[in-house]
Amino acid sequence: MGIVSLISLWFIPVLIGFILIYGTIKKVPAYEKFVDGGKEGIKIAVSLIPYLVGMLVAISVFRASGALDFFMELIRPALEAIGVPPEIAPLAIIRPISGSASLGIMSDIIATYGPDSFIGRLASTLQGSTDTTFYILTVYFGAVGIKKMGDALKVGLLADLVGITAAIVIVTLVFGGGS
Amino acid sequence: MVNVIWAAMLVIGIVFAMFNGTMEEVNKAVFEGAKEAVTLCIGLISVLVFWLGMMKIAEEAGLLEKLSRLFKPLVSRLFPEVPGNHPAMGYILSNMMANLFGLGNAATPLGIKAMEEMKKLNGGKNEASRSMITFLAINTSSLTLIPTTVLSIRMNYGSANPTEIVGTTLVATICSTVGAIIIDRYFYYKRSRKRKG
Repeated sequence: MGIVSLISLWFIPVLIGFILIYGTIKKVPAYEKFVDGGKEGIKIAVSLIPYLVGMLVAISVFRASGALDFFMELIRPALEAIGVPPEIAPLAIIRPISGSASLGIMSDIIATYGPDSFIGRLASTLQGSTDTTFYILTVYFGAVGIKKMGDALKVGLLADLVGITAAIVIVTLVFGGGS
Repeated sequence: MVNVIWAAMLVIGIVFAMFNGTMEEVNKAVFEGAKEAVTLCIGLISVLVFWLGMMKIAEEAGLLEKLSRLFKPLVSRLFPEVPGNHPAMGYILSNMMANLFGLGNAATPLGIKAMEEMKKLNGGKNEASRSMITFLAINTSSLTLIPTTVLSIRMNYGSANPTEIVGTTLVATICSTVGAIIIDRYFYYKRSRKRKG
């Protein structure tokens, strides 16, 4: 499993180098295009603010009131039986439903347990490894007027389940289990 | 659905606090949660700006196009109903490449174009075709090389090694994509058996 950590370490710098060399060979005005693309990043970050404010306030209230602990104790036995850390349950439930909401929950988990804890690493991997099934379904089918979705929702949700399972297994293998 | 969950979290939290005697903590949580969210978004700017900038260079240099051509034989196999030279195939490939590079904003319009073309291939019916379901399954499993937003959040919270999850994410996302393709195939054969029998 050392190879996975090595790829993690080398991947980004190598990719950056490759893009710059390739772009320069193709005579792309690298700096100007970089600035162009970067401007979009500011727009995305700013447009995320209302989503995150709404979600983080809701989660903070839910947790501060003691309701989160109460529900986690309720479902803990069921989750532990299948090997899911209960701390991760809210994220796994929200992930297919809303991207910005799950981003809020993931940040909250990382803030609470620390980014380098087992739970923090698992939350990071989970957030990055599947996408918002309901959103994609609504946007893509909605845009072209598909009314009968067939098996699409079933397939999408089952794939999310595979992704969540894979994330738990791989994070346990690479970073070791326990919390 | 999100609307209900969101409202429920707040309402349940407040009602819970009434009986639990945690009203003071709830009061604090409202303002601290909001402040935390804004701080987080400001922190996101750094990585998003850098990464989208790099990806713009890759796009302009024709790297995305080149990758599309490289993956075409493989992708054609996933969509047997889409002819190789049909515009739908072009859009499907560019959507996948944009997703691979974490260009969510570029991927969505390309995906919608791909859907439009696939609807034409399906005779304009308002029913999802086999290729549409496959396309959707692959999109929802999100094949991404670099989870930009996740990285920046980890940096924000002072991770000693924010990129250590790139490898695990890659493995997990490959599993979910392969899983999506297998599940999609399974449902397709189930459907076609039903039609025959």
